[in-house]
Amino acid sequence: MAATVLELRGVSAHYGRIQSLREVSLRVDEGEIVCIIGANGAGKTTTLMTVCGIVRATAGDILYHGASIRDTSPDRLPGLGLCQVPEGRRIFPRLTVSENLEMGAFFRRDGDGIKKDMGLVFRLFPVLYERRAQKGGTLSGGEQQMLAIARALMGRPRMLLLDEPSLGLSPLISQHIFRIIKDINEQQGTTILLVEQNANIALSLADRGYVLETGRVVMEDRADALRANPEIRKAYLGG
Amino acid sequence: MTRGSKAWLLFGLAMAWLFLLLWPLQGIRPDGTLAFAETVDIWWKIALACLICFAAFRLSRAGVFDFAVRPLARLAGGVGRVYAAWPRWVFLVPLAALALAYPFFTERYAQDVAVNVLVYVCLGLGLNVVVGLCGLLDLGYIAFYGVGAYTYALLSVHYGVSFWLCLPVCAAFAAVAGCVIGYPTLRMRGDYLAIVTLGFGEIVRIVLNNWMSLTNGPNGILGIAPPNLTVPVLSDGGLAFETIAMRKLFWMYYIILALAVFTVVAVRRLNFSRIGRAWEAIREDETAAELMGVDTFRFKLLAYAMGAVFGGLAGAFFAARMRFVSPESFTFIESAMVLAMVVLGGLGSIPGVILGALALVALPEVFRQFELYRMLVFGGVMAVMMLVRPAGLWPAARLGKRSDDEG
Repeated sequence: MAATVLELRGVSAHYGRIQSLREVSLRVDEGEIVCIIGANGAGKTTTLMTVCGIVRATAGDILYHGASIRDTSPDRLPGLGLCQVPEGRRIFPRLTVSENLEMGAFFRRDGDGIKKDMGLVFRLFPVLYERRAQKGGTLSGGEQQMLAIARALMGRPRMLLLDEPSLGLSPLISQHIFRIIKDINEQQGTTILLVEQNANIALSLADRGYVLETGRVVMEDRADALRANPEIRKAYLGG
Repeated sequence: MTRGSKAWLLFGLAMAWLFLLLWPLQGIRPDGTLAFAETVDIWWKIALACLICFAAFRLSRAGVFDFAVRPLARLAGGVGRVYAAWPRWVFLVPLAALALAYPFFTERYAQDVAVNVLVYVCLGLGLNVVVGLCGLLDLGYIAFYGVGAYTYALLSVHYGVSFWLCLPVCAAFAAVAGCVIGYPTLRMRGDYLAIVTLGFGEIVRIVLNNWMSLTNGPNGILGIAPPNLTVPVLSDGGLAFETIAMRKLFWMYYIILALAVFTVVAVRRLNFSRIGRAWEAIREDETAAELMGVDTFRFKLLAYAMGAVFGGLAGAFFAARMRFVSPESFTFIESAMVLAMVVLGGLGSIPGVILGALALVALPEVFRQFELYRMLVFGGVMAVMMLVRPAGLWPAARLGKRSDDEG
């Protein structure tokens, strides 16, 4: 069995007095794609934000490669190989594509390695190479999503947290993005935790899945089993 | 109704509304009687001015001025292309020569204005680090100018420390003040930060005003020494050293020119460094920057301290030039002026901030006879700028400048 990369043990989080996560426990193993599905406001994004420390866990523990990162400052996580593609892409609109990518490698000091990875990322996303001198904000939604993923890859992540990569994109472009995510996982062995509202596409990609409802994990299973589960089909897969 | 007549109707309504606003201010006399004459007298002048502007705007929309605008636009495009194509030193060398030769062909008054412009260039560039690069709205920036000025004033009057020795001390004190103010305030974002910095700016001024034993309160500090220059001279006995007090205005001009050049170079280097990149990322999206591994709090504090350093240097110079400091020089309106220069010139753009300082210091001098209406003109210019050049006189443009475009 592969080693566990990320583990949440009974993690709770609050926004003010409102509890948004209730003792969430989940596990991601080396090389896996794990997805979290759930409706709006179920706590999917909060889960990722808690992992990276933007939202502080009020109970429970978060382990990354066996060490607690619950109290680690968010800006130290990329250095540990834990990079995030945040919800809504959040690229830097007035920096150029190249500069956005350089920001992804901000914590790294190996100039040659960064240059090499830039080439790698441009091979993965040729459209970004064409647009490298353009400001991030002038890209289309799909291109911005590619940029956000590419930016995270510039940190040479051992584990990638992806938040709603299909948000606001046409089905065709989503498919393209998910294809690339799968490639990253297979070719570079990057462990991926994926949060996605589009349960269908997420489950077809992932190895395992968790279902979140009002801040609670209500189900976890292999992705194909979840896809076959009549309850899930009814609630999330449209019949 | 056509679009044209609708616009004119709106114009008429606006003027009627203006009249309704003006009349209570002008028309009600202290003895309770009502009058219309004064109001009408002012109102028709404003209405006429607005009418001319409005008509000109509509005519330009209709393309009446195209015969003049087209060649001008082509000229501007040509100038832009030449600027982009020729190496930078072609423009910088004559500019530097002009700046160095300036005191030799100008009057005292013109030198005075130039010194003022350069002080504001330093201040503007310092604030540009905070507002333009890091995106933190600071409404109390002038406090650091005050800290620098009082640091030199006190060290000079009480201990006779020389100006040159004081410069780094002033910069350090201002940086410390920046950290002290920044540490609690930088946890806020956006509007809250603006309000808190405004408050801290006022606190510094009020402390200066009330700490009688240290700052002599509103009376200010007199008798600050001018900068000295020790030069070797050849006398009968051989080599000797002579100290020149740099009291003359042209000395002041060269000192502030050197400070301004230092500021430009320093800000430019910061802008194009790893730190500058981190600041820009914070400006664009603080959370995303944090997720990329930027220690946002530390970098924001650094931006605040760096901005304060340039403010402190300018303050030290201000004290040395005026040979007198008082809290009056560090009021909120000064912060607002510096911020106006940065915004007017172009946030984050070094040539823009220089242009902004030039515009806001030199133009009121040029239009001295309208000085009463200076604030009105500021307001008008700001409104027009927002419409015509929303990104500033010389917007920051650095597409792919630092990036390896060859991949």
